[in-house]
Amino acid sequence: MADQTSSKTELATPTETPAPWVAPGYTFASITEKISSIVLARPTGPGWVVGFAISFMLVMVLMFAIGWLLVKGIGIWGVNVPVAWGFAIVNFVWWIGIGHAGTLISAILLLLHQEWRTSINRFAEAMTLFAVACAGLFPLLHLGRPWFFYWLFPYPNTLGVQPQFRSPLVWDVFAVLTYFTISLLFWFVGLIPDLATLRDRSQSRAGRVIYGMLAMGWRGSARHWHRYETAYLLLAGLATPLVVSVHSVVSLDFAVANLPGWHSTIFPPYFVAGAIYSGFAMVLTLAIPLRAAYGLEDFITMRHLQNMAKVMLATGLIVAYGYLIEIFIAWYSGNEFEIAMVENRFFGPYAPAFWSLILCNVLIPQALWSERVRSSTVLLFVISLVVNLGMWLERFVIVITSLQHDFVPSSWGRYLPTIWDWATFIGTLGLFVALMFLFIRFLPMISIFEMRTMLPEAEVRAQGGE
Amino acid sequence: MAEERKKCGEGFWRSLEESQSDRPRPDEESVSSDAFPHGPGDVSRRHFLRFMGASLALAGLGGCDRPPAETIVPYVRQPEEIVPGKPLFFATAISIAGLATGLLVETHMGRPTKIEGNPSHPASLGATDALAQASVLGLYDPDRSQVLTYLGRIRPWSQFVAAMQELRKELRQNKGKGLRILTGTIGSPSLGHQINQLLKEFPGARWHQWEPAGRHHTRAGARLAFGAYVETQYRLEKAEIVVALDGTLLSCAPGYLRYAREFARRRAPSPGAEGTSRFYAVECTPSSTGATADHRLALSTNETIAFVQALAVRLGIDLPRTPSLPPPQAHWLEALARDLEAHRGSSVVLASEHQPPLVHALAHAINRSLGNVNQTVAYTDPIEVNPTDEIASLKELAADIDAGAVDTLIILEGNPAYTAPADLGFRDRLAKIRLRIHLSLYNDETSALCHWHVPAAHYLESWSDGRAFDGTASIAQPVIAPLYGGKTAHELLATLSDRAERSAYDVVRAYWRERRGGSEAEFERFWRKSLHDGVIEGTAFAPKAVSLNLSAIAAAASPLPSSGSGTQSNVPRSADSQSVELVFRPDPSVLDGSFANNAWLQELPKPLSKLTWDNAALVSPATAERLGLGTRQGFTGGAVYTELVEIRFQGRAVRAPAWILPGQPDGTITVHLGYGRTRAGRVGTGTGFDGYALRTTAAIWSGSGAEVRKLGGRYALATTQTHHNIHGRDLVRTVPLAQDRETQANARPEKHNAASHPSLYPEFAYPGYAWGMAIDLARCIGCNACVIACQAENNIPTVGKDQVLRSREMHWLRIDSYFKGPPNNPETVYQPVPCMHCEMAPCEVVCPVTATAHSAEGLNDMVYNRCVGTRYCSNNCPYKVRRFNFFQFSDWNTPSLKSMRNPDVTVRSRGVMEKCTYCVQRINRAKIEAEKDGRRIRDGEILTACQQACPAEAIVFGDINDAESTVSKLKADARNYALLEELNTRPRTTYLAAVRNPNPAMDKA
Repeated sequence: MADQTSSKTELATPTETPAPWVAPGYTFASITEKISSIVLARPTGPGWVVGFAISFMLVMVLMFAIGWLLVKGIGIWGVNVPVAWGFAIVNFVWWIGIGHAGTLISAILLLLHQEWRTSINRFAEAMTLFAVACAGLFPLLHLGRPWFFYWLFPYPNTLGVQPQFRSPLVWDVFAVLTYFTISLLFWFVGLIPDLATLRDRSQSRAGRVIYGMLAMGWRGSARHWHRYETAYLLLAGLATPLVVSVHSVVSLDFAVANLPGWHSTIFPPYFVAGAIYSGFAMVLTLAIPLRAAYGLEDFITMRHLQNMAKVMLATGLIVAYGYLIEIFIAWYSGNEFEIAMVENRFFGPYAPAFWSLILCNVLIPQALWSERVRSSTVLLFVISLVVNLGMWLERFVIVITSLQHDFVPSSWGRYLPTIWDWATFIGTLGLFVALMFLFIRFLPMISIFEMRTMLPEAEVRAQGGE
Repeated sequence: MAEERKKCGEGFWRSLEESQSDRPRPDEESVSSDAFPHGPGDVSRRHFLRFMGASLALAGLGGCDRPPAETIVPYVRQPEEIVPGKPLFFATAISIAGLATGLLVETHMGRPTKIEGNPSHPASLGATDALAQASVLGLYDPDRSQVLTYLGRIRPWSQFVAAMQELRKELRQNKGKGLRILTGTIGSPSLGHQINQLLKEFPGARWHQWEPAGRHHTRAGARLAFGAYVETQYRLEKAEIVVALDGTLLSCAPGYLRYAREFARRRAPSPGAEGTSRFYAVECTPSSTGATADHRLALSTNETIAFVQALAVRLGIDLPRTPSLPPPQAHWLEALARDLEAHRGSSVVLASEHQPPLVHALAHAINRSLGNVNQTVAYTDPIEVNPTDEIASLKELAADIDAGAVDTLIILEGNPAYTAPADLGFRDRLAKIRLRIHLSLYNDETSALCHWHVPAAHYLESWSDGRAFDGTASIAQPVIAPLYGGKTAHELLATLSDRAERSAYDVVRAYWRERRGGSEAEFERFWRKSLHDGVIEGTAFAPKAVSLNLSAIAAAASPLPSSGSGTQSNVPRSADSQSVELVFRPDPSVLDGSFANNAWLQELPKPLSKLTWDNAALVSPATAERLGLGTRQGFTGGAVYTELVEIRFQGRAVRAPAWILPGQPDGTITVHLGYGRTRAGRVGTGTGFDGYALRTTAAIWSGSGAEVRKLGGRYALATTQTHHNIHGRDLVRTVPLAQDRETQANARPEKHNAASHPSLYPEFAYPGYAWGMAIDLARCIGCNACVIACQAENNIPTVGKDQVLRSREMHWLRIDSYFKGPPNNPETVYQPVPCMHCEMAPCEVVCPVTATAHSAEGLNDMVYNRCVGTRYCSNNCPYKVRRFNFFQFSDWNTPSLKSMRNPDVTVRSRGVMEKCTYCVQRINRAKIEAEKDGRRIRDGEILTACQQACPAEAIVFGDINDAESTVSKLKADARNYALLEELNTRPRTTYLAAVRNPNPAMDKA
């Protein structure tokens, strides 16, 4: 498998003619071979085993934390009155936000014919799915009585009671469930041709049976391709509004409330931008080690990384604008509660979190203006981690500082996460990473058939076919 | 837990013992053999089955829910028989420190569940204080002593009786020599009579009284002024000018519930009523009294003596001249003196217990010279059976013990091993007595040092009587048979008489029978009426003329006490920051420590500091700075990390966390008593530090020359309010009186109307009732009675210190306090905050499952069993009145606590939000009654629990659809405002601005 891996084109800086999205020298067969071999042929290395073991241990931590939570009650967390929402909501919003990049890459960039998305969309979609799975845990667990979570669904019941549709939490249920469903379908439909490839190439009987069932009888006929393309485009069309709607709805959890620091009309666009920002940061965080570990530099090229860095820079600026406008409006409104909220963020007990967030989300990412920074995988990796942290801090600041310091000073409080808050958060990180490990081990992390269309001969034939 | 189970087991068996006691038994001693200490030794199979049946009946507390055997008379409603689901009310009285307050006890199927004030009782007028409200929890406390023990071994009552009869034989021989009885202050006429009878029979015996938070200085002051013990009463409704010297007037003075009402009526100006009174306070430690004052002066005790003496001289009383006061004080005094002179006969100067006797005497002299006597001040005979100098009495007991003159000590309901002044070394002295007998609700510090420990009956289980501050006597009837077989003091003393098994009922009834005379039928009528009413008609003491001994006061005043400290205190306080004045006060929550095992009171935020579960050494901000003390707010919510100090006083030292309290006089340190208990029970043991360890007979309430030293180390205190700065927000409005009259004359401020804030949602229509509440901040004295009343009525759980540290207390009603102005003497305001029941409730729209919904009468209802616990409603509540069950806070396991709960209110489970309901169960009860009669609910027919308890009538609830209702009228007042009106929540609970009536002359300073 080693003959094409030593290509050095990635170091070529963009000139008048941009670098190709796939390094030269590949054929249909070699692409298929290279990607599918990761799943089928490549032995499970010690790195994978150790990484998976660690993340699996964290999953066990998560299970234990959840078990203890169900036994003892929500009081094992640090939430209190007035800060009745804590880590659970911070983490929920953070994970949901991370998911957004996947949908953006797979749906919107598809509709916009941004073909560079091809090499990253598969694992970005997987990332979306796993992030939403992690996110979905939190609103469930943070309920005082999680076993009644289904009361948020409109279902016929003898109580004759339906959910209260004025509550953004009900909107949340629909938004997140729709999002998860569409993301799952989109991801699975996109996988079908590749599952068929795996079925056909698998050496083991188990592989043939399992991949065969999942491939749903895909034979690659023209009719199949036609149906597939239609379905995929339709799903992309369905997923596109979700990119905007899901995080808008999540932001309404805050914006609908009357709390200074939450009650703000700018929240929906600013949350969506923030979501994409953190999502691209997470894609970079995953892509950079993956391409290095599996030698995928030819498919996920420097140009891909550069593009993602540019998206981050752009969305990061929108987010920074959001911060600025929040502060400006607080001053401009002359509302004493809003002004006090901003002052509290600047100088209050959680000021370190706020200033760290400014550092992580606004200041450090400005380095991405530099071509040299964007060309360095190490720096990109570090910045992506910083942005992930920054976006987490942003949610922490929004949730905690607004709650701890609202209208009536007698009720002002503070919040300190407990070890169970941390265990649950780190547990979901473990769950996310564990699922990613399983994904790269058992499914093609880059879309094989779509990569094949990236080759020059595919383009010629497609044009010829018209 | 195991210990608890053991206790329960013992309790049951001991009851069996009692059930068996009527049976002839061959040998008393064989009953409690070592092999089988928990029960009778001679159980046959037949008896065993009998006991099994009995223990099954007793095991679930149902077996104990029986009315006492004697006839007790319900107060208001007397159905032919108990109607299940309908409460019965019985009148009784609680006696604390020898002072009785009339109560009505709500019982459900024989179980007392709630305490209310008795409107016919002069010391209650329908109101109650936090202690009385919480006493119902004390009744059901599973930590109460449940067995009679001798040297720690369980013994039957019959054996105790036999031992006492043995003792009686001995005493009859030596004329009672060596017998001592130690009680608290006794106000019960029948108990006093019983003791006196005993003393008559045994002339060698002595009776000592010791009440740790008693009225030592008040008695001494009266004696100094009048040469005899005299009771002082005030008529605050007639007082234009009230001067309180230290702050017990509105927190624990005798009759304070009544005074609070009289005071409040003069504070909230209503058209046509008498003018608003003006209130001055001079305080050694901040209290609710000072917080309500128009002018407050923070002085140490020594400074107060000089100040009052100067005031007396200024008002023309012939006393040795005092050194001049520092200018601010002198200015204050001058303005005050002019105001007092302008209101001769309609002013009053009150010295609180904690001031030295001299100040009391001077206050009496000032009142006389201002012509206030028989106007705003009246004197009567003492209400105590035997007023004595209790400090001297206890000292005498200690001396006699040393002299070997005490053979037998009977301690009736007190805990002297814990409460006696430290210099008496009472614990050690106790050990020298040959026979020590202790009657007590708890197996406490003193019980551990006594041979016999007899579990006492709770006042709700006892027959007794008592006198109110004005002498009005009440008969206290039990509302439940003793849960744990406790005995009353009457019954214990009877064992020393010739009728050993006499019941308390017989003793009390015989006493009043003797007093009343007349025919048996007549007496029976009197008895029934007195029980029914809760007061005995015509027993109030008439005012009597007293003669002031001015020369004695002058003599006492001439050498200023504590070596001319008046002079010293006038110069700016010395740079030696180590030496401070130590001030002792009973704790606002647990009093002298006798309520230490009451979780409601432990978790009750203390006025001003809002501390729970601990006491602290209170210092002023300036003193704290000098000592290098600071506090740091923790991140868990309710935690404040304070620094530990060592307080050294007369050779004794304690370690205490220092709490910085604005308004504390510089150079003083206040220590609240009642904490640091070592054998209080599971709730009270180990909370706080023991202030008694510093208290001496010479320094009962204050002493100079304490040394304070900062220690390394921090201590986490749990508080329910960490911010007392209002940050300029318009939450608590205060209007000076002049402006108030102006606003009333001028047009009303713009009324909030729905049209100015368009809404997508249609307005609610309220064709029937529309409930609303008005809270008058001019009346609120921050006494906390409403908080506990709410807790008792609504089955609100306590959460413990670790959860208060996490800011998870559950009180539905909280009293916020804010400080304004300079930290050394700030203006303080209180604001009780229940649920606002908003018309446009922010909580309702955000609940995803409609667990909080608007009722047809405008209540913001909480549907517990629909709640899934998203807590979004709490986040969106601008008033933060919602409380969440983060854990299973309600105790579902302790059997006795199950009996205590209000059956009309759901006991909430974990994971559910809760909040004030406007006592919806009371609304529904009234609605059912009204519907049965085919009428509307009358104004005032529904009293919410907080409203009913409030001594100051600050809380008014009613139908705002009815323009004639009291609450509607209050809401139409110019002082009425809504909290955070600008959020358009349109609260149903509104506030009336506090009124200040400052002295214009004072403002010029």
